[in-house]
Amino acid sequence: MTDSKYFTTNKKGEIFELKAELNNEKKEKRKEAVKKVIAAMTVGKDVSSLFPDVVNCMQTDNLELKKLVYLYLMNYAKSQPDMAIMAVNSFVKDCEDPNPLIRALAVRTMGCIRVDKITEYLCEPLRKCLKDEDPYVRKTAAVCVAKLHDINAQMVEDQGFLDSLRDLIADSNPMVVANAVAALSEISESHPNSNLLDLNPQNINKLLTALNECTEWGQIFILDCLSNYNPKDEREAQSICERVTPRLSHANSAVVLSAVKVLMKFLELLPKDSDYYGTLLKKLSPPLVTLLSGEPEVQYVALRNINLIVQKRPEILKQEIKVFFVKYNDPIYVKLEKLDIMIRLASQANIAQVLAELKEYATEVDVDFVRKAVRAIGRCAIKVEQSAERCVSTLLDLIQTKVNYVVQEAIVVIRDIFRKYPNKYESIIATLCENLDSLDEPDARAAMIWIVGEYAERIDNADELLESFLEGFHDESTQVQLTLLTAIVKLFLKKPSETQELVQQVLSLATQDSDNPDLRDRGYIYWRLLSTDPVTAKEVVLSEKPLISEETDLIEPTLLDELICHIGSLASVYHKPPNAFVEGSHGIHQHSADQFAIMKQYFSVLQVWLPATKAKGLEIAGTFSRRQGHMYMDMTFINKALQHMTDFAIQFNKNSFGVIPTTPLPIHTPLMPNQSIDISLPLSTIGPVMKMDPLNNLQVAVKNIIDVFYFSCLIPLNIFFVEDGKMERQVFLVTWKDIPNENELQYQIKECHLNADTVSGKLQNNNIFTIAKRNVEGQDMLYQSLKLTNGIWILAELRIQPGNPNYTGKKKTNATAFSYKLMVHIF
Amino acid sequence: MIGGLFIYNHKGEVLISRVYLSYSDSAAVHYGLPRPGLFSWRNAVDAFRVNVIHARQQVRSPVTNIARTSFFHVKRSNIWLAAVTKQNVNAAMVFEFLYKMCDVMTAYFGKISEENIKNNFVLIYELLDEILDFGYPQNSETGALKTFITQQGIKSQTKEEQSQITSQVTGQIGWRREGIKYRRNELFLDVLESVNLLMSPQGQVLSAHVSGRVVMKSYLSGMPECKFGMNDKIVIDKQGKGGTADDAGKSGKQSIAIDDCTFHQCVRLSKFDSERSISFIPPDGEYELMRYRTTKDIILPFRVIPLVREVGRTKLEVKVVIKSNFKPSLLAQKIEVRIPTPLNTSGVQVICMKGKAKYKASENAIVWKIKRMAGMKESQISAEIELLPTNDKKKWARPPISMNFEVPFAPSGLKVRYLKVFEPKLNYSDHDVIKWVRYIGRSGIYETRC
Repeated sequence: MTDSKYFTTNKKGEIFELKAELNNEKKEKRKEAVKKVIAAMTVGKDVSSLFPDVVNCMQTDNLELKKLVYLYLMNYAKSQPDMAIMAVNSFVKDCEDPNPLIRALAVRTMGCIRVDKITEYLCEPLRKCLKDEDPYVRKTAAVCVAKLHDINAQMVEDQGFLDSLRDLIADSNPMVVANAVAALSEISESHPNSNLLDLNPQNINKLLTALNECTEWGQIFILDCLSNYNPKDEREAQSICERVTPRLSHANSAVVLSAVKVLMKFLELLPKDSDYYGTLLKKLSPPLVTLLSGEPEVQYVALRNINLIVQKRPEILKQEIKVFFVKYNDPIYVKLEKLDIMIRLASQANIAQVLAELKEYATEVDVDFVRKAVRAIGRCAIKVEQSAERCVSTLLDLIQTKVNYVVQEAIVVIRDIFRKYPNKYESIIATLCENLDSLDEPDARAAMIWIVGEYAERIDNADELLESFLEGFHDESTQVQLTLLTAIVKLFLKKPSETQELVQQVLSLATQDSDNPDLRDRGYIYWRLLSTDPVTAKEVVLSEKPLISEETDLIEPTLLDELICHIGSLASVYHKPPNAFVEGSHGIHQHSADQFAIMKQYFSVLQVWLPATKAKGLEIAGTFSRRQGHMYMDMTFINKALQHMTDFAIQFNKNSFGVIPTTPLPIHTPLMPNQSIDISLPLSTIGPVMKMDPLNNLQVAVKNIIDVFYFSCLIPLNIFFVEDGKMERQVFLVTWKDIPNENELQYQIKECHLNADTVSGKLQNNNIFTIAKRNVEGQDMLYQSLKLTNGIWILAELRIQPGNPNYTGKKKTNATAFSYKLMVHIF
Repeated sequence: MIGGLFIYNHKGEVLISRVYLSYSDSAAVHYGLPRPGLFSWRNAVDAFRVNVIHARQQVRSPVTNIARTSFFHVKRSNIWLAAVTKQNVNAAMVFEFLYKMCDVMTAYFGKISEENIKNNFVLIYELLDEILDFGYPQNSETGALKTFITQQGIKSQTKEEQSQITSQVTGQIGWRREGIKYRRNELFLDVLESVNLLMSPQGQVLSAHVSGRVVMKSYLSGMPECKFGMNDKIVIDKQGKGGTADDAGKSGKQSIAIDDCTFHQCVRLSKFDSERSISFIPPDGEYELMRYRTTKDIILPFRVIPLVREVGRTKLEVKVVIKSNFKPSLLAQKIEVRIPTPLNTSGVQVICMKGKAKYKASENAIVWKIKRMAGMKESQISAEIELLPTNDKKKWARPPISMNFEVPFAPSGLKVRYLKVFEPKLNYSDHDVIKWVRYIGRSGIYETRC
């Protein structure tokens, strides 16, 4: 006899019949009836009207029937809260049952019933179960605390369950420890005080001991929790790493990835020249490769993570490119990810193999995959100069296939190759021009037009080619229109005599017949340039173009660091920080990633911005400061080359705050080999503004007699807080009220053992001013303001509880998203 | 963690649904955090059906994000298992859990099919209740589960039995129960390897690796302590240092370099990490002791030599030679060579020296089967493929020729050196245990491009 028959009853009066059966005298009949009810519930029928009859069946010593009734209760209690009370007694009784399986079942189920009246009754049994003699009950009770917190957070705090949970970390049973860790982590996700877990060396030691003994899942909970710990020194970091490395041989891929996360994070703290550092790096590679022999879904998760790891530490997998070769039967999502990693690992040593593979892929069936493979060939050419010629000839072969999307993709990458190696492969232009008619995608059309414009002097019929695009000018996408405009202007500057008419035509199309402001503006600029000073026009339009970078799609370094802290999780799969896809996340992870960043950015006094290896022997280390109302960039220049250096100069790119140097670089004497010089460069914020990402990013160019070097650094925001940032009390009150709540941000400052007065003193030193202070219910409330150099005001409320080292703060600002982001950076 | 778990049939109807989190906003309200948007499980369930199960396109990712809700899915025949969450969960863990759930279900009622799931839905709820609490995976070892979740319902137990169950489920050795007795202590070791190859048409090895598994069936009394030894190069080199130079030279030849290995949770990983010794208390019955991977000195049992010639636009001539490359005394079995044919094939003529060959139009391939083949032999097939003229510009992608086979040795060269059993409490010794070892090499993805 099977259960499937329960799914088939579908006649009218079903509920009525079930009701009768539920009240049948025979136990077996009642059980059958409850099964039918559950089946109906699963397929989405409403059987809530049977509530009292089902609850009646609860008083039974048959465990299977009991479980079924509980299942029903979990589903419908919320819709029938008054009736659910009927079940309470039975639950409380079960929590005292001599059989630990029943005690655990009761406490597990009660936690799933989201009815306030029931949760009230849950507290006492839960308290007992947390101290039960049986570990099975304790481990179930631990999870139950997390359930209760989801229903009624206040109650969990008031009843002291958080402390009981913390006590369980020292439990003798490893599974209880693991579940306690899981519950605490879950609670801290929605709890602003993310220091719930209280990770200290003693607790860490307990966790590491439990790690060796608990189930595979428990190991994951513990490892994920360990990754949030910040070891106090290298020795501690190393000893944790030593105890985590054996997990790399676990059969469960999630255990392996979580272990990799801990190791990748703690690697940052180990001295790079130690033997252990090298050994650890070597140990990371084999388990990562092994993950690729798992099931496809896990392979996908592994590959997305390897993509991050390869960007952060390319040395780990540089020898392993072969394992990323695509298999014919791989699911498409695995293929695309492997291809991405292949491009990242391509180097002179393996380029021949990689190219041979890519050529195979370019003849496959899946369009996305083929396109990506073609693009990859182009990337190889740009990345490995020695292979450029072979790549170009491979691309030409592919163009000969005449497969439409292959040709278009190839032309787009060939444009980039021309940019990278000017005046080298122009001989193939003729072949490209043959395919002009088959291009129907904007990207490909734009690429082709760019090529024609750039090499107009070598293409005899360039004017005809460009003219042919001009016919349907208004149907083209903006990208194509803009490129076409520029290309025709280039052509005109190169062959002015024959193309006067053409340029007139395009300029009028762009300026008079178009609604697109970008296009119109560019059209007018060209027009004026050409009509006033053709020589300057030539200089501007035909100037030398900056080099294009070798790597593409690189994840921005701060985001990469954050994602490394999330290895194995969804964030690492999406390559997005958790707050981009999780609502209201105040995660413990977020916090740890911030700390990680702070550790690296601000605590080192002088940071090496430009290493000597990247700048032909010039090393620059520096920091920013604010002194007596002025901002300074303090730098040390060291000459590690064998020749002396002169003719120093510095320039900033446009940045979010318009920071520019107010004086030239004060280095007037030649810098001799092995000599260093300390300088302080005064700054002001009157320069051109452009939004950067991250906001406080500053791109700098430094020139000396040898070459020009580029680097970027992050400006700590507190140097932008101005001295007159103290707001009038009245103004403050009005402004505070006026700012809408959307512009409000809450945050926590942790482990700050200061009282209100010292805090305001400290903050004042950094130009954050206290406007008012009041005492509410034993808490000190500080109201503060600060002003940025660009005139944006930020208001803050700081709540300090004596004895509690964690402060809660609220921030408000009246500016837009721009300043909103700013605040995130300050704290 | 996992907020909800659903099992769908191929039509997108829900067979099993279990919701753990409401994603309501009580905690958010309590702490004054921004309120999450309205969320309903019903909408989430529908969203998955519409966007994934009924999607027109092939699935582009096993993780889908719809309206800030993430859906993880795994498909077994035509059944979809989906785990749903709104948090930043451990993605690898969710997939591992879904696999584990499939394993547990298979162990209880066999194949995962709509019929079986409907037939056992009460059991599935009971299992889910045990292995996933509030979205956190709990002990999911079938051996332990079967002690207290049975299809007959729980029989009344004595107090000792109950506490034995709970201590086993939560204990350090969650995979084995106490008090197991066998009249005959016996164990079977299967070394199962799959050899993977990608070869260029010119016979150059593009990539080759062996992924192997050591599967153990143990029927041993008590709580036996086992130690497993194989010809791992690192171990043998270590021992070689102590012995004579001659010893080291001799054993060095037979040892193999293992790139990486992973173990069942019963193996003490810290001991492997420090001493590279594999010691454990095994689960009762069949389980997978270890997995490993090697890439060096692999014996490739077969070599495929393809020759494809296009004769005009409407004809292809294909000749494929296979050579067996192992001891002549050994026999390979279940040999199958799959030669892909273009989509516009209209007719095929095949001649083969050995076995049977057939053109299978539905699979777009010529399938050549040979029952048995000894080592150091060679065989050949030739085929003429007639093509319909097409105006399709795209060239035929020429998928690789793939091969299947089974050989009675380990292509990696792995050898089991010993498996010692110690059970100090019961009076049987290592010598009394009957041990069986078997080696099977199978083809994994064994492809030659043509």
